[in-house]
Amino acid sequence: MLPVRIIPCLDVRDGRVVKGVKFRGLTDQGDPAALARAYEEQGADEVVVLDVTATPEGRGTRLDTVAAVRARLSVPLTVGGGIGGIEDAAALLEAGADKVAVNTAALRRPALLTDLAARFGSQCVVASIDALGSGGVRGGGGRPGDSGYEVVVRSGTERVARDAVAWARDAVERGAGEILLTSIDRDGTRSGYELLLLRAVRSVVQVPIVASGGADSPEHMADAVRAGADAVLAASIFHQGNWTVEGVKAALAGLGVSVRPGYSAAGQTARAGEGAA
Amino acid sequence: MSGRARAVTVVRTSTANLASVLTGFERLGCTVRTTADPGEVAAADRLVLPGVGAFAAARRAIASHGLEDALRERIQRGHPTLGICLGMQLMARGSEEAPGVAGLGVLDGVVGSYESGGGWRVPQMGWNLVTPAEGCEIVPRGYAYFANSYRLTAAPGEWLPVWCEYAGRFLAAVERGPVVGCQFHPELSGDYGKALLMRWLEA
Repeated sequence: MLPVRIIPCLDVRDGRVVKGVKFRGLTDQGDPAALARAYEEQGADEVVVLDVTATPEGRGTRLDTVAAVRARLSVPLTVGGGIGGIEDAAALLEAGADKVAVNTAALRRPALLTDLAARFGSQCVVASIDALGSGGVRGGGGRPGDSGYEVVVRSGTERVARDAVAWARDAVERGAGEILLTSIDRDGTRSGYELLLLRAVRSVVQVPIVASGGADSPEHMADAVRAGADAVLAASIFHQGNWTVEGVKAALAGLGVSVRPGYSAAGQTARAGEGAA
Repeated sequence: MSGRARAVTVVRTSTANLASVLTGFERLGCTVRTTADPGEVAAADRLVLPGVGAFAAARRAIASHGLEDALRERIQRGHPTLGICLGMQLMARGSEEAPGVAGLGVLDGVVGSYESGGGWRVPQMGWNLVTPAEGCEIVPRGYAYFANSYRLTAAPGEWLPVWCEYAGRFLAAVERGPVVGCQFHPELSGDYGKALLMRWLEA
C-alpha cells in the first residue's frame, strides 16, 4: 500500500469555492487557486476541483478556474463537473487537469470511459459515483439498489435506477483507473464516510478508491482506509479550519496509517508522520 | 533560479496535457516552449519528453514527426534531456503494452506491466518513496508522485538506477549525466519535484 492520499476538495461555482450539505445550501469558502496552494503547502497529496453547478445549469466546467489552480499547484489536480464528452475532457486536461472525473455522461454512455482511457490512458480517467442509500442488501437479483446503494446524477438531483456497486465494477471494466466514491447521505454531514459502501466497492474493483462524503476527523479517515480506501477526500473540515492537512496527517500517523511526510531540501524525508506501511 | 531564466523545450506531438509540465518549469523561472520539429529537438539546450496515454500512440507520434534520430542522438551524446513517465518508457527497447512496437532503444530494457492482485492497485496512483543508487546527482531520495500501470524492472548497465517498491522492485528513474528518465511525475511531486527539476536545470 502507498501512503494514503489526503485530498482537499474544492467545490466550485462561478469561480468561487462553495460548500453545502447534501449538495444543497451552498456557502462561499474562498478563491480556488489560493485555497489549492494553501492546501499544497499544508501537505495535500492531491486536489480535486468539482464544478458543482456545471451539470444542472448546463455549463462546462470553468476552464479559467482550472488554469488558475494549475498555475499555482504542483501536486496532482483532478477536475470534474459537466464533462459531457471527450472534447470537454481534452479541454480540461489542456487547461491543467491531470485527471478528469466523469459522472453523468459516463452513465448515459459508458463507452465514454473506454474512449477516454484509449486517448489519455486509464490513469487519467476517474469514474465519479454519487451513491444514495445506507447499505443493507435488498435481494440478490442484480437490480438497481440491490447493494443498498443506488446511483444518483446531476449533482444528486436525479435517480437513474442503477446499482452503485455494480456500476463501479462496470466503470472499471470500461476503462476507469480510479473511483471517486461519494455518499450523498453523508456529504457535508460530518458523520464519517459510508464504510459499507467502501467495502462493497473495494470487493469488486482493483483500482484505487477515493472515499468522499462525511469526513469530520482523522478517525473517520482511518476507518475509510481500513474499509478499503486508498485516498480520502474532505472539504468542510479543511475549509472551515477545524483541521489542517498537516494536522490530519500527524493524527493519522498516530493511528497507524501511513501518510506521505513532507520533503526537506536537505535530501532527507522528515520522520514525523511516517507511519506503518 | 536567482533571476537567471533558463530555456526549456518540451516535445509536443499530440494534444497530450502538458499544462502541468509547462507551469512546473514556469514556476521555476524558466522560459518554456513546445515543439515537434526535429531541428529544434536536436538543438534544444534542455529538452523534456513528456508522455501520457498509450505507448504505441506516443511512439507513432514521435515517428510521424520524424523525431527519432534527434531524440536518440541527443540522449546518446549526453545533452540535457528529461523523459517523464511514458517519456521514460519510450526510451526503452519496447513495452509489453504494445508488443512489436519498438521504443527508441536508448535504454536496454523492456517495459512490463504490474501484476494485479495481492492487494496492489493497478494503476499505481499516488506517492511512493524513491531511493537513488550511490552516485546519482539529480534524483533525490523522497516521495514522488506516480500514475502508471507499466514499469521497467532491470537497471541497464550504463545508467544509474533509482529504485522503488510496488509489487516488487522497479525502476523509478534512471540517470546518466544530465539525461534523466523518471517513471514518476516530478512536475506533480510538490517540493520534492521542484528540487529534482532544479538539479536537472543546473546539471
